[in-house]
Amino acid sequence: MNRSFNKSQSLRYLDCNAVEVKSKYGAEFRRFSVDRQKPGKFDEFYKLILHIHRIASMEVMIGYADVHGDLLPINNDDNFCKAVTSAHPLLRIFIQRQEEVDYSNFGTNTMTRRKKAVVTLRNDVNRKRPQIRIGMPQDFRPVSSIIDVDILPESHRRVRLYRHGSDRPLGFYIRDGTSVRVTPHGLEKVPGIFISRMVPGGLAESTGLLAVNDEVLEVNGIEVTGKTLDQVTDMMIANSHNLIVTVKPVNQRNNVVRSSRSSGQSTDSSGSAGYPAPPPGSLGAHGLAGDELESDEESDIVIESSIKRPTPKRPPSLQRDHGSSPAFRESNGSLHKILSAMRIDPRHSLALPPGGVEEDGTVITL
Amino acid sequence: MRRFRRHGQESHRDKLKQELYQFNKTVEHGFPHQPSALGYSPSLQLLAIGTRSGAIKLYGAPGVEFMGLHDETAAVTQVHFLPNLVELVTLLDDNSLHMWTLRAHHGVSELLEIGRFVLTGPPGAPPSVTRVTAVLAHSSGELLLLGTEGGHVFVVEVPGFREMEDKSISLESVQSRIPDDYVGRRNLQCVEALQENPLNSRQVLVGYGRGLIVLWDLDARRAVQQFLGTQQLESMWWVPDGGCVLSCHSDGSYCQWKLGEEKIQYAPHRTETPYGSFPCKAISKIVQIPTAKGPPFLIFSGGMPRASYGDRHCISVISGKTHVALDFTSRIIDFFVIQDWDRHKGDPSALVVLAEEELVVVDLLSAGWPVMQAPYLAPLHCSAITCSHHVSSIPLKLWERVRAVGQLQNTQYSNQPWPLNGGQNLAPDPPQRDLLLTGHEDGTVRFWDASGVCLYPMYKLSTSSVFHTDTDPNDNMNQGSEGEWPPFRKVGCFDPYSDDPRLGIQKIHLCKYSGHLAVAGTAGQILVLELNDEALEQAVEVSLVDLLLGQEGFRWKGHTRLEEREEPVNFSPGFQPFALVQCQPPAVVTALNLHSEWKLVAFGTSHGFGLYDYQQRNVVLIRCTLSPSDQLAMEGPLSRVKSIKKSLRQSFRRIRRSRVSVRKQHTNNPAKLQEINARMEAEALQEMELAPVQRKIEARSSDDSFTGLVRTLYFADTFLSDSTHRTASLWAGTNGGSVFAYALRLPSIERRNEDVVTAHPVKEIQLMHRAPVVGLVVLDGRGAPLPEPLEVAHDLARSPDMQGSHHLLVISEEQFKVFTLPKVSSKTKLKLTAVEGSRVRRVGLAWFGSSQTEEYGESGLVVLTNLGELHVLSLPHIKMQVHYSCIRREDISGIASCVFTKHGQGFYLISPSEFERFSLSARWIVEPKCLVEVPLPPSTSSASPTAYRTQPDGMAVKHRKDNEESESSAKRVMEHALLNDETVLQQIQKALEGDQTTHVENNMKIKPRRGNVMSNGD
Repeated sequence: MNRSFNKSQSLRYLDCNAVEVKSKYGAEFRRFSVDRQKPGKFDEFYKLILHIHRIASMEVMIGYADVHGDLLPINNDDNFCKAVTSAHPLLRIFIQRQEEVDYSNFGTNTMTRRKKAVVTLRNDVNRKRPQIRIGMPQDFRPVSSIIDVDILPESHRRVRLYRHGSDRPLGFYIRDGTSVRVTPHGLEKVPGIFISRMVPGGLAESTGLLAVNDEVLEVNGIEVTGKTLDQVTDMMIANSHNLIVTVKPVNQRNNVVRSSRSSGQSTDSSGSAGYPAPPPGSLGAHGLAGDELESDEESDIVIESSIKRPTPKRPPSLQRDHGSSPAFRESNGSLHKILSAMRIDPRHSLALPPGGVEEDGTVITL
Repeated sequence: MRRFRRHGQESHRDKLKQELYQFNKTVEHGFPHQPSALGYSPSLQLLAIGTRSGAIKLYGAPGVEFMGLHDETAAVTQVHFLPNLVELVTLLDDNSLHMWTLRAHHGVSELLEIGRFVLTGPPGAPPSVTRVTAVLAHSSGELLLLGTEGGHVFVVEVPGFREMEDKSISLESVQSRIPDDYVGRRNLQCVEALQENPLNSRQVLVGYGRGLIVLWDLDARRAVQQFLGTQQLESMWWVPDGGCVLSCHSDGSYCQWKLGEEKIQYAPHRTETPYGSFPCKAISKIVQIPTAKGPPFLIFSGGMPRASYGDRHCISVISGKTHVALDFTSRIIDFFVIQDWDRHKGDPSALVVLAEEELVVVDLLSAGWPVMQAPYLAPLHCSAITCSHHVSSIPLKLWERVRAVGQLQNTQYSNQPWPLNGGQNLAPDPPQRDLLLTGHEDGTVRFWDASGVCLYPMYKLSTSSVFHTDTDPNDNMNQGSEGEWPPFRKVGCFDPYSDDPRLGIQKIHLCKYSGHLAVAGTAGQILVLELNDEALEQAVEVSLVDLLLGQEGFRWKGHTRLEEREEPVNFSPGFQPFALVQCQPPAVVTALNLHSEWKLVAFGTSHGFGLYDYQQRNVVLIRCTLSPSDQLAMEGPLSRVKSIKKSLRQSFRRIRRSRVSVRKQHTNNPAKLQEINARMEAEALQEMELAPVQRKIEARSSDDSFTGLVRTLYFADTFLSDSTHRTASLWAGTNGGSVFAYALRLPSIERRNEDVVTAHPVKEIQLMHRAPVVGLVVLDGRGAPLPEPLEVAHDLARSPDMQGSHHLLVISEEQFKVFTLPKVSSKTKLKLTAVEGSRVRRVGLAWFGSSQTEEYGESGLVVLTNLGELHVLSLPHIKMQVHYSCIRREDISGIASCVFTKHGQGFYLISPSEFERFSLSARWIVEPKCLVEVPLPPSTSSASPTAYRTQPDGMAVKHRKDNEESESSAKRVMEHALLNDETVLQQIQKALEGDQTTHVENNMKIKPRRGNVMSNGD
């Protein structure tokens, strides 16, 4: 670990391995250098920053301006290393207090614009572009994913929409239509189900994986051929907690290209809507564990109250004693609040870890 | 090895399934929808009804029913039985003729279509030449006379449908002999009527639209006599003694013409306009029948004074000084008169009238001509059916009491036996007594004997007397003032107009052991009734229940509640109400249950549910299920109607505006006009593209409307809070996927009148998928559903297993889930919607007995989906067993009307007036089994026609005989063929060769009756 806290300006020219760092916190600047080849660990760098600025007791967020002028965060070894190696000629560090961090600044060309604004005062185009807010990585959760790429034909796409915990609408419409299929008798027009509309701001639109006029081929592994629009609607709504739609995108240019095999086979097979019930985990065959599909739906909420307590109106008042339940320790005792929140929207309960609380006659099973 | 064993088990299960389940649509109960034709065979004593959808139904003695369906969906316009034969001919709207026969097969008759025919005219003739307007089935049984729109009469030989051109009565040959001064000479118009001379079968009367009537001799092929009527002809009747002919006309008059006088009669012997002086409507049919001692009966339909009574549907019956105008509530299709014995001599015994909505039979033998109660064709829809409830295996005691009080209501009916007695009913007696209860829009509940093939009315309960309604019940439309002319008499019970839609019955629950009945209606009213054999005057005790529990912020915008009568009401013997619960807001009752052992009634609306103790007459529990965001639940049915009206008005306005704007731009320049049109078209197209049929994909949330609507209520004696002590409990399921469970504390029987019943909330389950909960069942330790209240006490069910652990089966529209009890945790489930895209609409528990072994049976869950498919699920493992498609998915009202019996049968409405009965059980099937035998040839003593028949044309008779002989021999041979004899084949060959029936055989299309003929489990 090479720490050179030399403030000398000449360092730049003397040692090509050293990267000059200009660190700014509020109106204060500090200058120092780090080794370009061996920048060291983020933790150490973080401590160094706190030490230099004499703000040891504070939680800060460290950001740097990259070559494009974007403000990017430094919060792990990787992006620290990247910041140091890509610094040219000097690494400009910006420190913000954790509670004051304005995430909207990150990644949005902020640094350049500030500069350019000086040069071209009339650069209104840039200024009016809406700022996209990007959360911290720990705040991210999956919204959608493309799955089973390896087993589907390239022209098809299987999209999984995660709706847990979100109150964002699923947000799309389907319609009847005709699609053209290749059959042994040549091209044939067959009825199909298509996406007809996206609700602006809805989950489906925000994923960018579904589009108007995409043909719906399967819903959670069950083919929709021969099913009416109402049937498919009911199927989708019944699966809305964890919806997996296989579509044939109307725009075939963004398909995932596979090098291995170019199967022209249609979607296959195992997900047929046979009677009496499709084999359990028919999707499992596509590499998706059946359990995974089931996991987040089965949490029917049961509230049981003791027969002795004559509470005619709900909800039963609950005791604050959670000694027996490790699962609820985090909730800081406001179980009642959680419970009433769940009553309004039980989907929230999914954020709670599985397990139960048991206490004098009142049982909550989640 | 393992695989093999499992396979073996599966095949065993498959075999068992075959023994347990079998799907048949067995019989249609009620009155055919849109009847269009009536036929009657005096020799078979059968009546036939054709419908606009192309169905043909035959009825004879009670239980004797046949049904056939034409391949074409064209309406049946005429039905004619061939005299003294088992064949009948139907004429359809599309001008095709069809021949049907009743053929015995395995000792049971089947209705089969055996031939079809379309009249082909000379080449190049206009279609009116062959458009059939009148049909006469000649008494010889081998000729069919077809009068057409063009005025020709074609003669066709049956059953082969061979046109006999030499016999036809051409328009020219008739016209040429008419005196030149006859007004209608140039255009005789269509053949309106054909009648055979009752004394000489070789003579027929041909009546033309313009009024001309010609007596034609079939053998001489010339007109014998001509009657130059000048009024538009409607129909004719040949008086049975053969002496004169009656013709009825469009001006409401009828004429009498004497036969055998001058060759050409210029004016009728007598003309009469029964309802006189002012212009009258047409008399569409007239019948005159003499009686052995006394004046003849003159019966005709129509003829009412146009201005004052032109809208009435009347049949007038005149006998001597007695004159009655039977006033029907729906249009009259046709009528006929049943004569006592022989067709030509008997006194008229009954008048059978087919109106559009019901069949009315008037007893002409008894004084006052009372109406007879029909054993079939019951008008189920006399007021629209709003709900139905089936109760299986009624104890004999209750059955007889209901029947007794029902008979007290039927005093106005005739005591004469049912006059139609054709065929034999071979079906075994039904294994049990079943009641079907239908709730109607006018607040009545009708009790039907649904045990057998005939749905027979047993008792009618009216709930409207409890309330103040706009109409006074004493105001009977029946009572015409004294000396009124025409002398109207209201007949029939079809009355589609409800005085107050709030009276409509929505839910019914009958306890067959205690005779307690709960009935709930549209305006939140719940009546508790008790069967009483005596009349009683009592005041009904009223409890008002505020289901909102005084919550602020909700305002009910729907109808007001019904106003109950405070003074004591006189109730006739039968089910008499003693307690009334009025929900506030008065929304329609959506769930109802009655526990006769605990004497509790549970009820639910879109706002919540309540529990009423009808022993102590107090409310035990009120629970509001409304979610704060649910405003729609407060709208009530009326305001939504208003909004539809509003939107309609808006769209009309929009249309008008666009028309106006076009008119303003009115221009003579065609190019401009074209441009405007094109633009309009494009706009319309764009609008269409903007709004394609699309469905929103959105997860259900708690904010959805009507989540609080209570869908199901259930009483159970089970382990609700701990696994050692069982408690009485009430369960409720809502539209939003919630289940509420309350423990009930019931006082001991001795203290039942003093101590109060209490209810405590114990559990709430919120289903994650939020689909409406449509059924709740507790399964006992053996996995069997808990028995009904009092069932064990009456030794009719084994007591439930209280040792093993109980389970709760929650049936939502999308899933079936089994939870453990008392600690509720999910055990098994079956997803329906997620997998098949169908939703549960109706659900019932049924016991399926094996058709092979008497002792084996299983209980199962019967489910009807929104796609009209029936599923049977095993219990307690909820595995799909069988499925059948039963109802068209478009038939939403049919699906909604379905009820299941406890023995795997069910009913659903195929029209507003007809129940289709189906059976899922292989053991219990109720279906008609009947035999109709070929009548004996008419006895020679009475047969003047036969004398005539042999006289002029011996050939035809002989030919007919041959035909009959060969046919019967063919039948005989066919029966032998079953024995697999080698020589039989040759015999068949021989019999068929040179046989007229070949033609028939070629034309024959086997038309199986619905369902197969199955042997009953007994």
